[in-house]
Amino acid sequence: MNLDTVLWLVQDGISNGAIYALLALALLLVFAVTRVIFVPQGEFIAYAALSLTMLQAGQLPGTVYVLVGGGLLAAAYEIAAALRARAGARLPRVLAFYVLLPAAIAVLAWWAAPRKFDLWVQALIVLGLVVPLGPILYRIAYQPLANASVVVLFIVSMAVHYALTGLGLLFFGGEGLRSAAFSDAQFKLGVVNVTAQSVLVVLASVLVMLALWLFFTRSLYGKALRATAVNRVGARLVGIPAELSGSLSFLLAAFIGAVSGVLVAPIATIYYDTGFLIGLKGFVGAILGGMASYPLAALGALAVGLLESFSSFWASAFKETIVFTAIIPVLVWRSLTSRHVEDEEE
Amino acid sequence: MNALLEVDALRVFYRKVEGLHRASLRVEEGSVVTVIGPNGAGKTTLLGAIMGLLPSSGAVRYAGAELAGVPTEARVARGLCLVPERRELFGELSVEDNLRLGAFQRVRHGERDAMRDLAAIYARFPRLEERRAQLAGTLSGGERQMLALGRALMAKPRLLMLDEPSLGLAPRVVRDIYHIIADLKRAGVSILLVEQNARAALQVADRGYVLETGQITLEGSAAELAANPRVIESYLGLAARSAGA
Ligand SMILES: Nc1ncnc2c1ncn2[C@@H]1O[C@H](COP(=O)(O)OP(=O)(O)OP(=O)(O)O)[C@@H](O)[C@H]1O
Ligand SMILES: [Mg+2]
Repeated sequence: MNLDTVLWLVQDGISNGAIYALLALALLLVFAVTRVIFVPQGEFIAYAALSLTMLQAGQLPGTVYVLVGGGLLAAAYEIAAALRARAGARLPRVLAFYVLLPAAIAVLAWWAAPRKFDLWVQALIVLGLVVPLGPILYRIAYQPLANASVVVLFIVSMAVHYALTGLGLLFFGGEGLRSAAFSDAQFKLGVVNVTAQSVLVVLASVLVMLALWLFFTRSLYGKALRATAVNRVGARLVGIPAELSGSLSFLLAAFIGAVSGVLVAPIATIYYDTGFLIGLKGFVGAILGGMASYPLAALGALAVGLLESFSSFWASAFKETIVFTAIIPVLVWRSLTSRHVEDEEE
Repeated sequence: MNALLEVDALRVFYRKVEGLHRASLRVEEGSVVTVIGPNGAGKTTLLGAIMGLLPSSGAVRYAGAELAGVPTEARVARGLCLVPERRELFGELSVEDNLRLGAFQRVRHGERDAMRDLAAIYARFPRLEERRAQLAGTLSGGERQMLALGRALMAKPRLLMLDEPSLGLAPRVVRDIYHIIADLKRAGVSILLVEQNARAALQVADRGYVLETGQITLEGSAAELAANPRVIESYLGLAARSAGA
C-alpha cells in the first residue's frame, strides 16, 4: 500500500466519518433529551437522498405523502387532546405547523419538481420536506408514551423504523438511486487528489456542528434542551414543557438526517433501506464515544469512518463486520472502567 | 382576605403506599404559611402534588382556578414556583445559565426584558455573581441552595414554595435565607414554607400547619403553634423549654 492509497483512504474515511459524526450527535441528543434510542434516524437520510434524486429526475418525491399524511395524523392527535382538555387556544398554531406548513411545502415541491431547478434549490426543498417529519414523528409515536421505559421506547423505535422503510419502499421503489454531485471538481492538495464533493461534505458537517454548538451554548432554547437532558424534574420546575424539548430534539435530529442525506446522495447509491446501516454507524460512533460526551462521539464517529474505509480496502467483504465488531472491545473496556450508571427511574 | 392557594383533601399514592392522606390547607395572598412535621410525614409529597409533579386526587385551587389537569409548566407560568428539597439544579450548566433558565417561562411568553432581573438576583446573592461561570454541579451546599432560590425568583413567583430551605446549611446562611424570605414577603410574594427547623419557620410565618403521617394534625397562627405544648415538645424541643425557663 503506497502513500497515495493511504491518503485517498483517509480522505474517504474522513468524509464518511464526518457524516457519522453528525448522526452520532443527533442520536445522543435525542437519547439525552427523550431517552429514545432513535433507530429511525437513518430513514431521514434515505428519504432526503431519494427525494433529492427524484427532484433531479423531475419527479415529485413520495416524501410529500408521508409529510402531509403524518401531519394530518399529528393534527388529529392534537385535536383529540384539545377536546379532552377543553383547551382550544393552542389549536390554531398547532394546525398551522402540522397541516398548513406540510401542505405548503408539498405544493412547493409539486410545483418545483418538473422545473428541475438548480441542485442547491432542490436541496433546500428536500430539507423542507424532511425536517418537519421529525416533530411529526415525535408527536405521533413518542409523545403519547413520554413516560414509558427505555425498552418500550426502543420497541416503538423499531416499529417506526419498519413503518418508515415500508413507506419508503412504497414511494421510492426498490432500486437504488444516486444523485448528481454538487460539484465534479477535483484539485490537488500536495500529492492527493481531493474531490470537491468530499470537501463539501466535511465543510457542511463542520458548519452544522458549529451551528449546533452555538445553538446549545448561546440560545435559551438550546440551553433548555441541555437542561432537560441533565435534569428532567428541574426542567419542569422552570417551566420547560417536556413536549417542547422532545419536539425540538426531533426537529434537530431530522435536520441532521436531512443534511446527511443530501450530502451522501451523490457519494453512494441509496436504497429505501440504506439509511438504517448509515444511522447504525453513527450509533457505533456514539457508543465508541461513550454515549455521553458530544466531542467524544464525534471522534468515535470519525474513527468509524476511517476504520470502514481501511477495512474496505484490506478486506472489503468484511467491512461491515469489522466496523460493528469494533464495538465489543470498547463496550467491554467501558463496562470494566466506568461506574455503574443506574437507569433513570421516574 | 382571599386564599391564593386552597388545598382540599389532597391525596397521593405511591403505588399502594399512601404518601398523603386528605390534607387540606390555605395560603392567603401575601402571607407566609409554614408546614412542619417529622421525616416522612408527606411534606415533600404535598408540595410535589401542588406543583403537578405527582398525580393526586382532591382539589388544588390557585388564584381562583382549579389546577387539575394543568401541567407543571403552566403552573409555573401562573407564578407557582417550587424550590425543591433536592434542588434539582442543572449541574452541567453554569450558574448564570441556571438563573437564565429560571426565567424560561417568561421569555417563552414574550417577556423580552426578563434577563434584566439577573442583576437583582446578583445583588441579593453576591456569591452567585462571583461564581457565575462555574458549573452548578460544583457548588457547595449553601451555594446550591442560593442558586435554587435565585433560579425560582427569576420566574417571578406569586406563590413561592420552599422545601426545607435551611437543610444542611450553616446558621449564618440560614439567617440569610430567612432574611430573604422576610424580604420577599414584604415585596408581596406569598410563601409556603416546609421546614424541619420549626423555630425559624414559626418566627417568619403568619400561620402554620403540622403534618404527621400524611395528615394535618394541628393548625393555627404561628404564635398559637409556637405556644402549643405538643409543638414545643415535638418540634421546638429542649431549647424552647430552656428559653421558657
Ligand atoms: N417515590 C416514592 N415511592 C414510594 N414511597 C415514597 C416515595 N416518595 C415518598 N414516599 C413515602 O411517602 C412518605 C412521605 O414522604 P415525603 O418525602 O413527602 O416526606 P417528608 O415529610 O418530605 O419527609 P422529610 O422531612 O424527611 O423530607 C414517606 O413515607 C416516604 O417513604
Ligand atoms: Mg421532604
